[in-house]
Amino acid sequence: MSTTAIDTQVALNGTLNRSASPPRSAGVQVTDYDNRQTVGKITVDNPKMTCREVNVYYGEKHAIKNVSLDIGANEVIAFIGPSGCGKSTFIRCLNRMNDTIPSARVTGLIKLDEDDIHAKEIDVVQLRARVGMVFQKPNPFPKSIYENVAYGPRIHGMVNTKAELDDLVRESLERAGLIKEVEKRMLEPGTSLSGGQQQRLCIARAIAVNPEVILMDEPCSALDPIATAKIEELIDELRENYTIVIVTHSMQQAARVSQRTAYFHLGDLIEIGDTDQIFTNPRHKLTEDYITGRFG
Amino acid sequence: MQPFLLLTLLLLSAGAYYLGRRRAFAVADGHVRNLHSLPSFYGSYAALWCGLPALLVFALWAAAQPNLVVNWVVAGLPPELRDLPPDRLNLVINDLKNLVGGNFVASASDPVMVEAAERYRRLQAIGNAALWVVVLSLAIAGIAYAWRAISPALRARNRVEGVINIFLIASSTVAIFTTIGIVLSVVFESLLFFRQVPVAEFLFGLQWSPQTALRADQVGSSGAFGAVPLFAGTLLISGIAMLVAVPIGLMSALYLSEYATPKFRAFAKPALEILAGIPTVVYGFFAALTVAPLIRQIGTAVGLHVASESALAAGLVMGIMIIPFVSSLSDDVINAVPQSMRDGSYALGATKSETITRVLLPAALPGIVGSILLAISRAIGETMIVVMAAGLSANLTANPLEAVTTVTVQIVTLLTGDQEFDSPKTLAAFALGLVLFVVTLILNIIALRVVRKYREQYE
Amino acid sequence: MNKATSHDGVPLRERDIKTIVNAGLARRHAAERRFRWYGLIAISLGLAFVVLMFANIIGKGLPAFWQTYIQVPIHFDAAVLDPEGNRDPQTLASADYGALVRAGLRQTFPAVEGRLPLRALSALLSTDAAYELQRRVLADPQLIGAQQEIWLLASAAVDTFVKGNIDRTLDEANRPIKDQQIEWIDQLRAADKIERQFNAVLFRNGDSREPEQAGIRGALMGSFFTLLVTFLLSFPIGVATAVYLEEFAPKNRWTDIIEVNINNLAAVPSIVFGLLGLAVFINFFGLPRSAPLVGGLVLSLMTLPVIIIAGRAALTSVPPSIREAALGMGASKLQMVGHHVLPLAMPGMLTGSIIGMARALGESAPLLMIGMVAFIVDVPKGFLDPATVLPVQIYLWSDLPERAFVERTSAAIMVLLAFMILMNGLAILLRKRFERRW
Ligand SMILES: Nc1ncnc2c1ncn2[C@@H]1O[C@H](COP(=O)(O)OP(=O)(O)OP(=O)(O)O)[C@@H](O)[C@H]1O
Ligand SMILES: [Mg+2]
Repeated sequence: MSTTAIDTQVALNGTLNRSASPPRSAGVQVTDYDNRQTVGKITVDNPKMTCREVNVYYGEKHAIKNVSLDIGANEVIAFIGPSGCGKSTFIRCLNRMNDTIPSARVTGLIKLDEDDIHAKEIDVVQLRARVGMVFQKPNPFPKSIYENVAYGPRIHGMVNTKAELDDLVRESLERAGLIKEVEKRMLEPGTSLSGGQQQRLCIARAIAVNPEVILMDEPCSALDPIATAKIEELIDELRENYTIVIVTHSMQQAARVSQRTAYFHLGDLIEIGDTDQIFTNPRHKLTEDYITGRFG
Repeated sequence: MQPFLLLTLLLLSAGAYYLGRRRAFAVADGHVRNLHSLPSFYGSYAALWCGLPALLVFALWAAAQPNLVVNWVVAGLPPELRDLPPDRLNLVINDLKNLVGGNFVASASDPVMVEAAERYRRLQAIGNAALWVVVLSLAIAGIAYAWRAISPALRARNRVEGVINIFLIASSTVAIFTTIGIVLSVVFESLLFFRQVPVAEFLFGLQWSPQTALRADQVGSSGAFGAVPLFAGTLLISGIAMLVAVPIGLMSALYLSEYATPKFRAFAKPALEILAGIPTVVYGFFAALTVAPLIRQIGTAVGLHVASESALAAGLVMGIMIIPFVSSLSDDVINAVPQSMRDGSYALGATKSETITRVLLPAALPGIVGSILLAISRAIGETMIVVMAAGLSANLTANPLEAVTTVTVQIVTLLTGDQEFDSPKTLAAFALGLVLFVVTLILNIIALRVVRKYREQYE
Repeated sequence: MNKATSHDGVPLRERDIKTIVNAGLARRHAAERRFRWYGLIAISLGLAFVVLMFANIIGKGLPAFWQTYIQVPIHFDAAVLDPEGNRDPQTLASADYGALVRAGLRQTFPAVEGRLPLRALSALLSTDAAYELQRRVLADPQLIGAQQEIWLLASAAVDTFVKGNIDRTLDEANRPIKDQQIEWIDQLRAADKIERQFNAVLFRNGDSREPEQAGIRGALMGSFFTLLVTFLLSFPIGVATAVYLEEFAPKNRWTDIIEVNINNLAAVPSIVFGLLGLAVFINFFGLPRSAPLVGGLVLSLMTLPVIIIAGRAALTSVPPSIREAALGMGASKLQMVGHHVLPLAMPGMLTGSIIGMARALGESAPLLMIGMVAFIVDVPKGFLDPATVLPVQIYLWSDLPERAFVERTSAAIMVLLAFMILMNGLAILLRKRFERRW
């Protein structure tokens, strides 16, 4: 596949009329270790989110370097890469969670549907309602299970009656596959659940506001295999209604749940493509090393 | 005189240290390797032997001598003076002491007194001289003993370290003894008080007038000791203080930890904490001379009657004093809420204020309650502000514009000025002190528990 | 799967989150701004109190550092001072200096006649004026017979008037200074014979009933002796306790009790310590009332928890590696603590102690209990002399109605605050200087 590099260029020039990335010199092998240019097709047919030339700085530190990629509607895309490569940093750009870190500075274009998420008329409150997030460590609020799920609908004024809210909470818990376990204990504190249940509670909490995209930053890293399997199953079901971005350290997990995979390394997006292709036939040396376990 | 003796003792000990070291070198034939411990330990060993026993004797002697001298002098007084009732006798003794001190007293011309004073002075001189002799000989005996005891095999280090250890352990018990002292002193005097005034009358009586007897057959006969008006007054003023301190302190803490830029925080936090460093007597002055008249003026302007020592003025200023207390405790508590709680809320699209009121505050609630309890205990025990700005009359009222009195004010009034010990009046102060101690202790214990539990939750 | 539906029948899942959120945004942002304002207002209130209080006290107290003096021609008349001419100190000391002052005043205002006007004239000057002349003559008997223009301390009423704190237009009966006296003062002013000088009396004298003669020297010395006792007792004991608890104590029930006890002691109201002092030190041990020794004892018990807590914090901040290194070199545990750990922890301990001492300096409630509230004119010279301390002096003066005392109270507060700032500044400096990150 010798067209990949061209794909990248086209995509860049097509969406942005800039050429910040230097043209590749002909002598460099696509698969070479030194190549920091993204390998693979970054665009999709029906993108939900588009990111172009995203850079993130923490003070002086350049944590994300010129990353461009599309996230397709109703797909699960996995971000993989060694620790510290910037996966969390990048995923936090997608709902502007980096705004909460004073030293962080984000440049570049990120679009949700047709809206530039950094545009003035896009409110961060609205953006985060549309792009939900689930964190690495389950972080239920110190409230009842019910109140945890009802939190989002309440603050956004999504429902008008108690009955509506009850329905919404139940449905969200149902979608998160938690309803059977908590039906009888809705008023117990969220922290009384097991780790895996807590994480599913957080997922229920996120889908209660009916977001368009759900970001998951290593959602299973604090869980045992059985709880992990449940969440993976859940992700598969959720794909029907939502676009899902998942960061994971587990190659198997990425292979199991995602359709596309992006490999990050030291702030660069090294390779992106269909999950099958990435895992069976990586085209960048770094990707190959990583998935064969020679790295990270 | 006595400072000189102490100085001499110090010098002797220093000399002993030097001698001990020399001696150690001597017995070791100049080879430190032969010694069990380093030479400096032998020095310290000698210094301890020189100083410690002498110091102990000195302390005991200095404590005992004045009373002994007085007793001897009294024993030598003519019987008509000696057999006076204790309080009159005390007056005589005071006169005597003044006479000895060279001050002019009314009875200076009384030959009996002059003679007694002469005896007093003589006994004192003898005592002091004897003290010198005894202490110095003990010190020298100590040196001599150490000199003989020092040998290469002497485990000087262990001995010296043993003494230091004892000192460390003894020091750590001072805090315990302080508590025991507090408990014993207030409980003991309170028991005496409750022998004269029933506990129920004290705790539930509605009348407080320790100066005057209401009825001739009144128990305790010197007045009414129903402390409810004091408790009510204390609660009223503390309540006003908390109404000021809690909202301001809490909102300041929230602003500083959630909104303020690091720069503003670095300036405002210490600036607020200045309030905590200002002595309470300054607040009292401010309350009595600036705030109280101001409130009175405002009250008069709108046609309200405001007492010149209104509960409002004292409570308001006390509230200001407590602001930094609430704010710095809440600040700690709020910062202990993990960032992941905030992240979770922001990620759902909550605004900052929604995150604060709906996630942070509920999460921090136990800790905040704990710090408010600590602040209440502070307010209840605060003395100077109320002594200077609150009244003395024990009104049972909930009107903040009237004058009320508090437990601490009454303790101060009962114990300053002329007082006969063991009268119900002074004993009442200790009973009030007992109540104060118990209440603040309970508040503190609960608060510390709550806060500790809260912290463990997030560890 | 039962689908949640809203009241209008549209399934909630199908409603557009974007429009729902947008509908509430304005209201929510307004609430956000409001909340932010509350916080800002709260902080501003707190800071405003700080500023207000300092401004109020400095405004009131600053004038007290200057005091009004009146220049009077004094003839040190030998006939009055030393009729026998033998310069006997006893005679010189007991001479009628008041007569000299009166003569001088009359010389300045020759027109004044009659007993009452003359008395009003004398009232321009403080009663200290005569003592001032006495001091000068005793210091230098050569003065006798000389004629000098001397600046003498004006009375408090005159001082207050000159500082503009008495309203001229007030009814004469309601002001401490009468029309006639105002006239004289105006004349003195015109002749440049009245001026304000630095108030040395404030720092030289003990307490006095006359405001213009009252000073804080006694209180300052009382505070000094009291704090000295406090420091000498609480510092070694506090450090020893901290060292014991942190380095030696086995972790058992007993040390738990000590710890809980120290924490609770730190929160006991200060007045309760006063009760302890009264019952134990004065009534049981028979130590004298009003003595700095007893005050120091009480305050050291109060300060102890502060020092212990700070000391333990300082000790825990010394990294274990240093301990291990010392022990590894064969030092005994005590040597390890004494030679390595304590020196490193000392700045932190000193910082804590200075802060504790600053608090003790401002403390007054427990000292009221042990009789340090007496009216004491003499400056204390030792640990057993009756004394008062600066905050208690402030308390005593604040009760006095005269405007001149209000001024002095504020000045005393300024001095007290200056000391507190100094001590806290020292503590901060010490912390900055020795702050170490391991
Ligand atoms: N708040 C921050 N301030 C400064 N630097 C940061 C911050 N957060 C992350 N970094 C730095 O940015 C880089 C990327 O961090 P990031 O957390 O995105 O990595 P990651 O890929 O998620 O790693 P992991 O797999 O361990 O979660 C790292 O070098 C990290 O040190
Ligand atoms: Mg990460």
